[in-house]
Amino acid sequence: MKEDRIERAERARAKKAALGEDIAIEDYGTGKEHDALTSLDEIPEEYKQNLLDAGIEPSERERSGSFLQRDRSVIFSKVKYPGLELMSTTDAIEKYGWLKEYLWKAIPVDQDKYTAEVELDQTHGYFIRSEAGSKVTMPVQSCLFITSDKIRQNVHNIVIAEENSELHLITGCAVSHSVSSALHLGVSEFYVKKGAKITFTMIHSWSSGVEVRPRSAVVIEDDGTYVSNYILMTPVKSLQTYPTTYCVGKNARATSQSIVYASGDTKIDVGSRAVLQGEGSKAEIISRAIATDNARIIARGDVIGEAANAKGHIECRGLMLSDTATIDSIPELKATRRDLELSHEAAVGKIAEEEIQYLMARGLSEDEATSVIIRGFLNVDITGLPDALAKETKKMFDMSLEKVM
Amino acid sequence: MLKIKNLTVEVEGKEIIRDLNLNIESGEVHVLFGPNGCGKTTLLMTILGFPNYKVKKGTITFKGVDITDFTTNERVKLGLGMSFQHPPEIRGVKLGDMVNIALGKKEGEIDESMIELAKRLNIAVEFLNRDVNLGFSGGEVKRSEILQLLAQAPDFIMFDEPDSGVDVENIELIGKIMCELLDRNKLPSKRERSGLIITHSGFVMHYIKADRAHVMLNGRIACSGMPDEITKRIMEDGFERCVELCSVKGAC
Ligand SMILES: Nc1ncnc2c1ncn2[C@@H]1O[C@H](COP(=O)(O)OP(=O)(O)OP(=O)(O)O)[C@@H](O)[C@H]1O
Ligand SMILES: [Mg+2]
Repeated sequence: MKEDRIERAERARAKKAALGEDIAIEDYGTGKEHDALTSLDEIPEEYKQNLLDAGIEPSERERSGSFLQRDRSVIFSKVKYPGLELMSTTDAIEKYGWLKEYLWKAIPVDQDKYTAEVELDQTHGYFIRSEAGSKVTMPVQSCLFITSDKIRQNVHNIVIAEENSELHLITGCAVSHSVSSALHLGVSEFYVKKGAKITFTMIHSWSSGVEVRPRSAVVIEDDGTYVSNYILMTPVKSLQTYPTTYCVGKNARATSQSIVYASGDTKIDVGSRAVLQGEGSKAEIISRAIATDNARIIARGDVIGEAANAKGHIECRGLMLSDTATIDSIPELKATRRDLELSHEAAVGKIAEEEIQYLMARGLSEDEATSVIIRGFLNVDITGLPDALAKETKKMFDMSLEKVM
Repeated sequence: MLKIKNLTVEVEGKEIIRDLNLNIESGEVHVLFGPNGCGKTTLLMTILGFPNYKVKKGTITFKGVDITDFTTNERVKLGLGMSFQHPPEIRGVKLGDMVNIALGKKEGEIDESMIELAKRLNIAVEFLNRDVNLGFSGGEVKRSEILQLLAQAPDFIMFDEPDSGVDVENIELIGKIMCELLDRNKLPSKRERSGLIITHSGFVMHYIKADRAHVMLNGRIACSGMPDEITKRIMEDGFERCVELCSVKGAC
């Protein structure tokens, strides 16, 4: 089994990804190890703001557990509530023989050179599992943090919500200001069992020298629910990701919302795909993209309907703030039978003069009006999260927006 | 309070308002009639200073200040306000946000005092949470506009067809609030705020007695007079005939 996996990975070592510009992985080093912390608060002062910017609470307040990986080392991992498990994926593979049933089951190990690299030189990542029936509404936080220059971070994350359990996760990806270039490769596999629910709120807080290639997939069983909220407001050198959600179970539900604000020379190719294989399964993909300066955004959405009474909807909106930026909005729908319903709406435009004037007529200056409109444009309703988490996500979003405006 | 002298306005290279004169004193309410497309809305937009309404000639003076070259928000700060005939929809910006902006707060929640304010216009809390004008019915748009003005409390208020598409009960409601906004419940000598109302039906005039009426034709004020007289003539004989009668008999 393992040998077979490694062989496949070896063969895919040079396999270019279908999307995104090719990255020379070998240009990045492996980095050095860091010492563990006894509490998250011990993180050096200079890094605290980086964590906060990525939605991570160094005080661990209002969190059911915390995980921090710095470069290639897991320096903190602790869970406060029963019913939840949290550890390095490397440790989990050692501890649980059964984990091989989940490893590379949602994503092929030989999908491209990045998945191959993560298999061949994996440095941790998080393993999170909620036990059957357990419902911890307080979120677990996990942070993948890069603090060394010119290194690559290869993580493999596995998240499992056992039957009828509920798991809320905030993941923050951050990079320290001293890093001029780095590569983040993150494989994430989510498994939502019967009647279970996972909400995944991810904030990417990169910088203009970082290249990012996440590879994510989600498998949802009968009556399971998966909600993902993705926020990217800071510049990044290049980022390409196309997470796929497989609604395999009856009445499986998936919602994906992403908010992207691209500035500077940022290149982003971000999408979301849902495959509706379970009878009556449902997916909704919502994205908001703003491009300014010379940023290039490709916003993809894809729903593939294969089961009876499946329902899918894509809503992609783009806002152009500069004449030197570009947005490609690519919604796709594929139906393979009659008794299902797929739809999409996509729109790209600039801020309407009329809307600015309307706000000015209520007393705002032109700049204030513009900022209200941008804020409104990005303001998608966060649904499916517990109240406290929804409020907090909104706060994180406001904070990130404050930074860029 | 508002003095417009020899105003000529171009929109998209087309002359819409020609050599228009209008004078509205403090405490006065005027009403503006005129056929579709004669330039009524254009006049209000120009008074508010929207950039695509280019003043080719003439001046607009407000509270003794020449505001012809002022930006919209400078004019609003001076005390101008308007309810729109066709306000735009803004996604993600709630009616509640608009009310806060009109109150001068850049950020804020939907609080008790706002809910109270909304109740006066028969607007439910859920409505404050909706994206402004998105999917609002015709009558709802009008009430939302008046609510924003109630929050803004301008000294000079322009109403662009506040009664179009509004049911009888809500016209009464809107009419009463307009009276309040325009100091009409006060003794004439105590009135400070003024306004300009555009209406086709004249329904709202049942609740708010204007001081003067004007008929606009082809971008000009063609005749002016007592609101009751003018309304009657327009309803009975039409705009052109009303203007003709005025020129024969002198001022209405
Ligand atoms: N942005 C524009 N571009 C081109 N023409 C315009 C523009 N705005 C207004 N106009 C034209 O100017 C004229 C006056 O329009 P305006 O909206 O002021 O009329 P109105 O008197 O308010 O009419 P209504 O009673 O139908 O509301 C119309 O012929 C209209 O088509
Ligand atoms: Mg009009």
